[in-house]
Amino acid sequence: MLSHELKQQLAATEALVVGASAGATRALTELLPSVPEWARIPIVIVVHLPPNRPSLLPELFGPRCAARVGEPDDKQPISAGTIWFAPSNYHLLMEGDRTFSLSVDEPVNFSRPSIDVLFESAADVFGSKLCAIVLTGANDDGALGATAIRRRGGLVIVQDPDTAEAEQMPSAAISRANPQIITSLAGIAQLIKQATEPMQATS
Amino acid sequence: MVGPSSEDIEIRLLLDAIYLRYHYDFRSYSPASLKRRLTAAKLQMRAETLSALQERVLHDTETFAHLLQYLTVQVSDMFRDPSFFLAFRQKIVPELRTYPSIRIWIAGCSTGEELYSYAIILREEGLLDRTTLYATDINPEALRKAEQGLYPIERVQAFTENHRLSGSKNSLSEYYTAAYGSAAFDRTLRKNVVFSDHSLATDSVFAEVQLASCRNVLIYFDRSLQDRALGLMKDALCRRGFLGLGSKESLMFSKHTAEFRDFVASERWFQRC
Repeated sequence: MLSHELKQQLAATEALVVGASAGATRALTELLPSVPEWARIPIVIVVHLPPNRPSLLPELFGPRCAARVGEPDDKQPISAGTIWFAPSNYHLLMEGDRTFSLSVDEPVNFSRPSIDVLFESAADVFGSKLCAIVLTGANDDGALGATAIRRRGGLVIVQDPDTAEAEQMPSAAISRANPQIITSLAGIAQLIKQATEPMQATS
Repeated sequence: MVGPSSEDIEIRLLLDAIYLRYHYDFRSYSPASLKRRLTAAKLQMRAETLSALQERVLHDTETFAHLLQYLTVQVSDMFRDPSFFLAFRQKIVPELRTYPSIRIWIAGCSTGEELYSYAIILREEGLLDRTTLYATDINPEALRKAEQGLYPIERVQAFTENHRLSGSKNSLSEYYTAAYGSAAFDRTLRKNVVFSDHSLATDSVFAEVQLASCRNVLIYFDRSLQDRALGLMKDALCRRGFLGLGSKESLMFSKHTAEFRDFVASERWFQRC
């Protein structure tokens, strides 16, 4: 059961950021259909992918999701109601005016896009109104970003490593960031639903 | 939005100091990636804070030259996004062919990977001899590397695959010689290249061109600076001239939208109206 405090923080969340690597497709397939069509907030996802081809994640998840699925262009507004995937071979960042920006700076943790890059920039913009989810993966990307989000008072949720296809990424996030919630994919699906449900439904 | 942190204030002051002292204008760069780069520079250059770094930058030109590398260098691949160069070869080269002499501007050429990509395709299409390429950047060190045309041999495998996917029938190895761990690109490729220090933030138009290529440069600029840079391209381009942008850059959020039309929309090729 969630404490009253965490429930409130979830309800006050203004953006949801998600990082996943090895095993991402299967995990996201379980999670994303729980995002409602008129999601209250934007959901922004970094998945590690090979750099030299288009990501195809929007094509894969578009038909399976009630919410709109897309890949942002540079300077596009971070609009609610959309599941945004980072394009391959770019870092995805958030700006203070709540637009996306991209960079082709060096890979971070051997990854471009990197989860840390997204998380750290999102922490600067959304502070305590940010919720981050770290899922399955086979490297440490996301752990530093999750730490930055915690430092700013944001909410960090990590997939229980025992339930993850690759446990390294969630384990690293747990040891570095001291997340408020560690749970299974089914548990995370519930939390996503709570965070994204349109206002009328939750009041 | 959280209020400005001490670090945000330090960044602003540092950028002001750089502008006043060295006339490099980073004040309208996208804040998020600029902050990452400055944080990396601070750590690497062993400065306790950005204020401490600012003091060194103000009083020591060498420190600034060093910091400039963090602020500007973007490493690109040759033929990055091969389908973009395939569209250049198939759709734009036939149009360029109709001009007796061709001028191309590579804005923000960095260390030259993109410049050589264009030069190689133009050679393969028999147009290089009547083309002048203007390769501009604000980083003198990057320009020097572009002029050398030396790339680590371990990067060449990826370049070769991209080159093939860009529609070439030749092997990339025809254009370089390998020695001491580097691939040295054929000097005749840069025979008609003018390398020049030019800032999209502070300089103006210097030539009329039929094609301007500015890929993954605008992503580092905020909207106002993007508008300035796109305004320069618009002014430099002749009527029906071509503009090539990065695969995630668009004119949609710019005040210059109406001055261009899509040419190959999926590859971000635009044409001046």
